[in-house]
Amino acid sequence: MSAELIEIAELVTSWSDSDEQVEAVVTSDRETEVRAYEGEIESLTVAESQGIGVRVIKDGRQGFAYAGTLEENELLEVLSEARDNASFASPDEFSGLAEPDGVESVSLDVYSDGVDSLATSEKIDYALELEKLTLATDKRISGIESSEYTDVVSESAIATSTGIRSSSKESGCCLMVYALAEEKGETQTGFGFSIGRNPDELDVVKAASDASDRATRMLGSTKPKSERLTVVLDPWVSAQFLQIVGSTLSAEMVLKGRSLFADRLGETVASPIISLVDDPTNPQAFTATETDGEGLATRRNVLIENGELKMFLHNVWTARKAASTSTGSAIRSYASTPGVGIQAISLKPGGRDPVDLIAGIDNGILVQSVTGLHSGVNPISGDFSTGAEGLRISNGELSEPLREFTIGSTIQKMLKDVSEVGSDLEWLPMSSAGSTVVINELTVSGA
Amino acid sequence: MTEIQIVSSDLLEEVLSSAMKSGGSFAEIFVEDRRSTSAVLDDGLVEELNNGRDRGAGIRVVSGETTGFAHTADLSASGLHKAAEAASSAARSNSEAVVEVDLSNESTPNISEIEIFPKEVSKSRKVALLKSADESVRDAGLPVTQVAARYGDSHRVLQIANSEGLLTGDRQIRSSFSVSCVAAGDAGMQTGRESVGRTVGFELFEDTNVDEVALKAATRAVTKLDSVPAPSGEMPVVVGPGGGGVLFHEACGHGLEADLIEKSASVFAGKQGEMVAAPNVTLIDDGTMVGEWGRFAIDDEGNPAHQNVLIEDGVLTDYMWDWQRARKHGRLSSGNGRRQSYRHLPMVRMTNTFLAAGDGNPQEIIEDTEYGIYVAQLGGGQVNTATGDFVFGMTEAYLIENGKLAAPIRDGNLIGNGPQVLLDIDAIAGDFAMGSPGTCGKDGQGVPVGDGTPTLRVKRLTVGGTAT
Repeated sequence: MSAELIEIAELVTSWSDSDEQVEAVVTSDRETEVRAYEGEIESLTVAESQGIGVRVIKDGRQGFAYAGTLEENELLEVLSEARDNASFASPDEFSGLAEPDGVESVSLDVYSDGVDSLATSEKIDYALELEKLTLATDKRISGIESSEYTDVVSESAIATSTGIRSSSKESGCCLMVYALAEEKGETQTGFGFSIGRNPDELDVVKAASDASDRATRMLGSTKPKSERLTVVLDPWVSAQFLQIVGSTLSAEMVLKGRSLFADRLGETVASPIISLVDDPTNPQAFTATETDGEGLATRRNVLIENGELKMFLHNVWTARKAASTSTGSAIRSYASTPGVGIQAISLKPGGRDPVDLIAGIDNGILVQSVTGLHSGVNPISGDFSTGAEGLRISNGELSEPLREFTIGSTIQKMLKDVSEVGSDLEWLPMSSAGSTVVINELTVSGA
Repeated sequence: MTEIQIVSSDLLEEVLSSAMKSGGSFAEIFVEDRRSTSAVLDDGLVEELNNGRDRGAGIRVVSGETTGFAHTADLSASGLHKAAEAASSAARSNSEAVVEVDLSNESTPNISEIEIFPKEVSKSRKVALLKSADESVRDAGLPVTQVAARYGDSHRVLQIANSEGLLTGDRQIRSSFSVSCVAAGDAGMQTGRESVGRTVGFELFEDTNVDEVALKAATRAVTKLDSVPAPSGEMPVVVGPGGGGVLFHEACGHGLEADLIEKSASVFAGKQGEMVAAPNVTLIDDGTMVGEWGRFAIDDEGNPAHQNVLIEDGVLTDYMWDWQRARKHGRLSSGNGRRQSYRHLPMVRMTNTFLAAGDGNPQEIIEDTEYGIYVAQLGGGQVNTATGDFVFGMTEAYLIENGKLAAPIRDGNLIGNGPQVLLDIDAIAGDFAMGSPGTCGKDGQGVPVGDGTPTLRVKRLTVGGTAT
């Protein structure tokens, strides 16, 4: 199919006139989703979807159009819409498509045929088994809100009239369960998951026990009092914060005056123990990819090293505007023009494991989940406060569960207040990995 | 209704009959043709115009408790038959059946009237709105360093048919405009945003002055340059008119969705008929509100939009229902079955959710508050329906000191527990207003929703600031 997608992309770019640049992004996904409920299949979805996005640049003006189909008569229409749209955009001397830059892309093994070869009945069994196992983990598990198996095989291709050709194929599968725990009339929830490129990498037992642990450990939770204290973020939480930090390091944010780190290159912006790397060539990341959203090779980008800000991420447009080179960091779907962003970000692990880190804390909170990241974090001003749940740390040990509180600081201050990064590192179903992170001081708002 | 015919009724009958062949108890075909346009201005330049088209059909077949679902972008007879087969084999019933589906009785919904179809408006007029918004801020002499403006319209045509003989359709047109500004001062950058969106055509811009929208966003950012860190801890929170919808959406709206109730994943399960809120609270979900962002003639299962009273004078009167949950309980859908697109299964969703006006005086509510915060604009929110814990963001808020509005405060979240917050509402004013257009996310699907409230006070909520 990849060969076919690149042919479609090339067909569209072959229609370009000599005074314009044309880029076509073509994608095709096959997916299965099974949901189990009370021992039955609640729903089974099997689907294929395709899409094409076409970008035209003429006289520095950019236009874009997309369609959720690859029918040939629609391709021409998409191109002509994009052309028409370009005529209404402002001329911008930095507009332009990617051109081959000589950087070889790494070869990544991100497709495995296990998803395609697994029978639907076995996919169903995964979802049913996950529900059954989760219910059996603990007698306080009172129900399962959802238990699902999902998989996807995605193919995509990019071609441009400027000589870019790239295509990729990847597979992924995931088990996800939400458990309800009940005791003395109180209900708590917890989720567990397992992801892989191939179904044989899925760990049903781990997903079930994680969901059960997350739900049951919150039973009997209370609201902490408001105070400033040491907070430990678990990998699931730190990975989400890394995504926010990463978003402030896009050159688009910098060039458009929206990054709190603009003009800080070469300065110390974080604790000296922080080294932050965005590396989509790392095959351990589930978001690993050989090429970026403009068809350029991805590369390893060191953003912060020992606390010092080293670089910003670029796509072709930001690179031209900043007289720099693309870092292979264009991100997009077929329905959008390329933005700039992290693709697989992680912290350099420290030397101590999480148990050891917690043992050194007299009074603190281990935060295990956060909510409201989209509503309580302002990546431009740096202010943040999010809802949180977790466990009290007393005299080096985990103790009672806590909920209905927020943690707050600013992104700038938090990066400097990091006192430890754990030796653990876990790639998660997002464009970041998590590690256990100790922050000297955050404001906890509760009772 | 030729306007909403995408696939002929003969072909729909055929496809539904073949979907029912494997013995399912219900089959449905949802056909959608959506065209959307967006235009973005940023950093003084019209960056791009984007036109999109998504067209396809989702077919579901229900057999017992199992739903089989397949979707396709291929609306030809062979494409639809292939999807019907995939959905029916997914529902995997063992019996064989011959079901004749008769779609001769087409129902006519109350489709919104549109004065100016966006597709008939030139792109240059749409772009001119962006430029005007940008210039009005840049000419205002404010310490605003960046302006981004976005215009959007969508034209969504639906055709829905099912094995019970339903054949209906809708045409939903939405228009929106938003502006985000960055202001810079000695203490760093601040942001302000304002958006308008209605289920109407380009006539939106006859009633809405985009320059005013832009200046509102700019003023918000500039005001916050003098902001102080938000307080930390429990205190009274007054929410301004139109601002509090998100609070109710999260505090109890999601918890009143029948799919979550059925799975005991809501703190409001089993509470029908009980007092769940302060006696002055009447909460309504209403998909019929003409022009509002969450308005439609029929939901995404073909049922007409309804006005549903969820809480009346503090008593929980009813939940919100989709076809599947309603069928199980032997009742009618409340018109709350919605989906993001033909690629998604429907589920229970809100439409326009609002708190009915009370008889308080907004000024007196503030004067009556010794110390607390006043939230003029809320950001998004999130809820865990099983525990009732929810957060919502504040993007324009002020301290209240000695009954008067004082310094603006920096962005942050508030956290509370839904059932407790409903009981803690101790004042509701008469100054009802609808809020900003929103996109509600649930299980990865986003749908447009509206909300509204008058000024109200919650006597105790936890403000997640950093000032102690």
